[in-house]
Order: sequence, then structure tokens, then C-alpha cells
Amino acid sequence: MRARDAVHLAGRALARYPGRTTLVLLAMAMGVAAVVVLTALGEGARQYVRGEFASLGTHLVIVFPGRAETAGAAPAMFGGETPRDLTLEDALAIGRHPSVRHFAPVIVGAALASFGGLEREVPVLGSTAELLAVRRWHLASGRFLPPGDPRRDSGGCVIGAKVRREIFGAERAVGQWLRVGTSRCRVLGVLGSEGRSIGLDVQELVIVPVAAAQRLFNTPSLFRILIEARSRDAVAEVKRHALATVRDRHQGEEDVTVVTQDAVLATFDRVLQTLTLAVGGIAAISLGVAGILIMNVMLVSVSQRTPEIGLLKALGAPPGQIRRLFLLEALVLSAVGAILGLGVGLAANAGLRTLYPVLPLRTPPWALAAALGTALGTGMGFGALPARRAARLDPVDALAHR
Amino acid sequence: MIALDRLTRVFQVGDQRVHALAGVSLEIEAGAYVSIMGPSGSGKSTLLHILGLLDRPTAGTYRLEGRDVTGLDDAAQAALRRDRIGFVFQFFHLVPHLTAAENVELPMTLAAQPPAERHERTDAALGAMGIADRARHRPDQLSGGQRQRVAIARATVMRPALLLADEPTGNLDRRSGTDVLQILERLNADGITLLIVTHDPEIGERARRRIRMVDGLVAEDRRRDDRRREAP
Repeated sequence: MRARDAVHLAGRALARYPGRTTLVLLAMAMGVAAVVVLTALGEGARQYVRGEFASLGTHLVIVFPGRAETAGAAPAMFGGETPRDLTLEDALAIGRHPSVRHFAPVIVGAALASFGGLEREVPVLGSTAELLAVRRWHLASGRFLPPGDPRRDSGGCVIGAKVRREIFGAERAVGQWLRVGTSRCRVLGVLGSEGRSIGLDVQELVIVPVAAAQRLFNTPSLFRILIEARSRDAVAEVKRHALATVRDRHQGEEDVTVVTQDAVLATFDRVLQTLTLAVGGIAAISLGVAGILIMNVMLVSVSQRTPEIGLLKALGAPPGQIRRLFLLEALVLSAVGAILGLGVGLAANAGLRTLYPVLPLRTPPWALAAALGTALGTGMGFGALPARRAARLDPVDALAHR
Repeated sequence: MIALDRLTRVFQVGDQRVHALAGVSLEIEAGAYVSIMGPSGSGKSTLLHILGLLDRPTAGTYRLEGRDVTGLDDAAQAALRRDRIGFVFQFFHLVPHLTAAENVELPMTLAAQPPAERHERTDAALGAMGIADRARHRPDQLSGGQRQRVAIARATVMRPALLLADEPTGNLDRRSGTDVLQILERLNADGITLLIVTHDPEIGERARRRIRMVDGLVAEDRRRDDRRREAP
């Protein structure tokens, strides 16, 4: 039998029951469309996070005290070595390397901030002028901490938008003296509304010189050192240099952890990739369900068309040919359904893209291939049993079947 | 043409063994016009199925055109059915979603013949049945007589040597029944071996050779050479 004739016959047989055929096509199309759209969402989220990271100050290297343990509680709880403090001197030593473009030591704590009669507990961040460049923040008004020797307290501070609103109210903040804890600082500038940084809401922050923070919290210990490397290629070198510097200065102990933005990004990437796979897999289950529907429809079809199968046998179709004919019907069902589903899914992607332009929605090619493959595979797999049943019918019984 | 030697066919019904054929030996020469009559359960349909290679005998041999076909495998038997045997059924057995022309074309489609040749032979076969104008109609748009003509066109389009008809007029009114019989007899006059199974004596008597079956055995086998009395 010619392939064209076989496809034609399968199509004619399917067209005979339009309602049933439409329902199966719908199920198959929904399954494929679900895979296409859901993997596009997962992949879109991944691309979105990548994009956000890129805009967030690339080539970032973060140093923080203590070795990262992969399991168990902090070593200190077992009476082990408490990590040595990470000091401002360490930060200055690390920052001297030519591959470092900007670096900013950070101390974090909380203190009462007050002006006039108003008082509020705020997170206080001690750092240097370069923090602005490393974090890519913007000022709403005034200026940031002045550059200069970080060991000296310049007496200025910068506040977040919310702090300004809640403590200064309608009054002009820049130039005023703000009381922070036990000392005072002159407000140099107000930050724009930026979102979160190191787990803190930028709008709530009060930023003081690192020396002031050391005095305020009575500690020489840094919370983080944020470093921006000169280029992507320099990131690894900066990381090596930071570790070597700390080892030199801490009597051979490498008691800090250095994290690069790439590593954080890679983790996010892995998580979202896994999520995409999982969501796609769940959608693929609906393809399996559609396959079972195909099997059901084909079984009904075989029993309804038993006399026709008997006739085909009488006309000289060998069992193999009958099996192939019915298998082809199942395949046509799943293929047409899959193509419809692809169309619907891609159209939905386009629709979502116009609704949410920030999400770069695009179904990855592997997901397209997997959706099509699964659709055709389930069609073939679940079509096999009905086709075999048709091929094995006894011609005399089949012809007599009413 | 056909040589049967002590053919038996046993069916298992519950715990009983029923001998549908109890040792039939028969020879039918090429070009014969044979009717097989008998009450229901006499084994005439079983005989027809075995002659058409739709069923296999329990014992005995069946030689078709000098060749023992008893032990052929499914594929070989299917090929013989396709090329050498045509079937005409009481209930026509047209494929409902195909047009008359597509139904006639079906055996050639299964045999993978080129489309141009298929169309030519289909047109010729429908023309010979006098229903060329019904080629694009679906079976449910045709009368019973027209349907059976489509079925006969389909049964003969592969130019088989043997035409098996199982109650071909059983579902037709008297007039279209006579028409159909005349068509079958004309095909026989052109050389095809015609075998009609019927329980209608009036139809059976038209054949030149009339076999009567009772309880799985040939009870009576009459021949007529007087051609003048053929059509009453």
C-alpha cells in the first residue's frame, strides 16, 4: 500500500467521527500547548533573572568571614575555632589589587535614629564612598559619602527614602543633623527607591562611614566586603587574590568565604532550569493522558469498524497491513493534535509577551522537540494495542459482526 | 479450478464438537456456475469461507487452481484473496465513509497499484455495472441494488478467477435481486467461476450445477447441460 493512500484512508476514517476526533485532538493539543507555554515561562524566568543579575553590577565578588560549611551546624557550636574577624585592614589589603575596580567594606547593625521629636529604629550600614558604585544605587538628592581615608569618620551620612519620609516628614533632610545611636551625623544625601540589598530594604537604611559604624557598634569586624572586578575575566583572579590576602594576614588560615556573582547566578540558573524541567514534565503527563484517550478512541473505533476490518481482510489485506493502517490513524491523531498544540502554545507565548514584556518568553527548542516526541510516542504506544487487536480479528467473525 | 478432498471443519461450542463440514470432497471446474443450497447449519457458509480462504479446515486439503493452499500462511492467503478471489456479501459490506469509486478502488489501493491505473479500472468497472454516474456517492446515498453493484464492481476489479457470493440477493427486493443475478451470470458467461450460496431455491435453480448440503455433507449434486432452460 502506498503511504499517501494509507494517510488518505486514515484521514477519511477519522473524518467519519468528527466529534470524537475533535475531542482527542483537543486533548493532545492542550497537552502540547501546556508543555510549550510552561517551559517558556520557566525559561523566561531564568532569562529574566540572568538579565537582572547582569544589570545589578556585574563581576561582583563578595567576601564574608567564616568558612562556608556544606553540612551541619556552625563549627563554633562544637567548640571549634571561631573565625577571626574580617577587618577594615583586610579590606584595604584586598582592594589594592589592580584587578579591583571598586571595593566597599560593609558593617551592618541596628540603631535608633532620631531628629526633632521623631525616633525610629533603623538598620545602619557602615561603608565607604565606593559602595554607591558597587551597588549601582542612585541618589534622590544631595550626595553620597565623600571619598577619603576609610579609617576616619567624615561625620556625614546618607539615608533611605523611607527614613527621610518618616523622620524628617515635610522638612528638608539634607544638611540636618541626624542622631544615630550615641553620635550625630550630618545628612549628606537621600537614596532613591531601589529595592533590596544584602537582605535589607534600601529605603529603610541609614548609611554611615565605616569608621563611624565601628565605633557605634563597638566592633572592628566587617560583615561583608563587596568587590567589583575590572572585567569578567578578572573575577577569578580577584577571588584568588582575596583568599591569598586573607591567608597571609590570618596566619595561614583561609577563614573567609568568597562568593562570586557568577556562582550565585549559576545556582539560580540551576534552580530555574530544574523548575522548568519539572513543570514541563508535569505538562508532559497530560500528554500521557491524551495518549490513553487515543487508545480508548481507537479501541472503540476497532470494535465499531469490525465489519470493515473483516472486509479489508477479505479484500486481501494481510494482518500487518491492517495493523499499520490503525497505527497510522493513531499517529495522524497525535501528530495533528501536536501541531495544533504547537500553534496554540506559540500563540499564547506571543500573547503573554505582549502582556508582560519584561519576561523574555520563549519555549526552548529542546522542549518543543520533547513535546512533539512525547505526543507522537504516546500516539504510537497507545495505538499499538488497538491496532494489534484489529489485525488479529478473525475475518469470518469480523464480517458477521453487526 | 477447485478440488476439495475430505474437507472437515469442527467448531468447539461449549463442550460440544460440532462438525460444520463432515468430510466434503468436491471438484469444480473453471468457468462453472454453482449454487450451494441447504438449510441453516448445513455447512454451506463454512464451505464458502474455506473456499474464500477466510477460514481454515480442521482436516482435508483444498487445492485452488492446481495448488494446495491449505497450509499457506496468513500473508500468502491474503495475497491469493486479493488477486484470485472476489467476494459478494448479503450486506454489501461497503466502507461507509468512502465513495462508491473509492470502495471499488480499495483492493487496488491495498495492492499498491498506481493511482492512474486504479482510476481507469474503477471507471470501467462502475461503467460495466451501469452506475458510472454514482461514482462520487457514498453508500448511504445509494439504493440496495446500486450498493450491491458497487460491491460486485469491487469484487471483480482485480479480475479474479473465482467469485464467491453469499446470499447476494438476500437483502434486495425482487427486481434488483434479479438484476444483480443477471450481472453475476454475465460475469460467469465471460469466464469467471461463480459460486452462489443461497437458501432461496428459485435462485439456486438458475445455476448449471446445484449442490445441496445437509449436516456438513453434500447430499445432492445435480448438473444441467440444457442451456435453454437456464433463465425461466
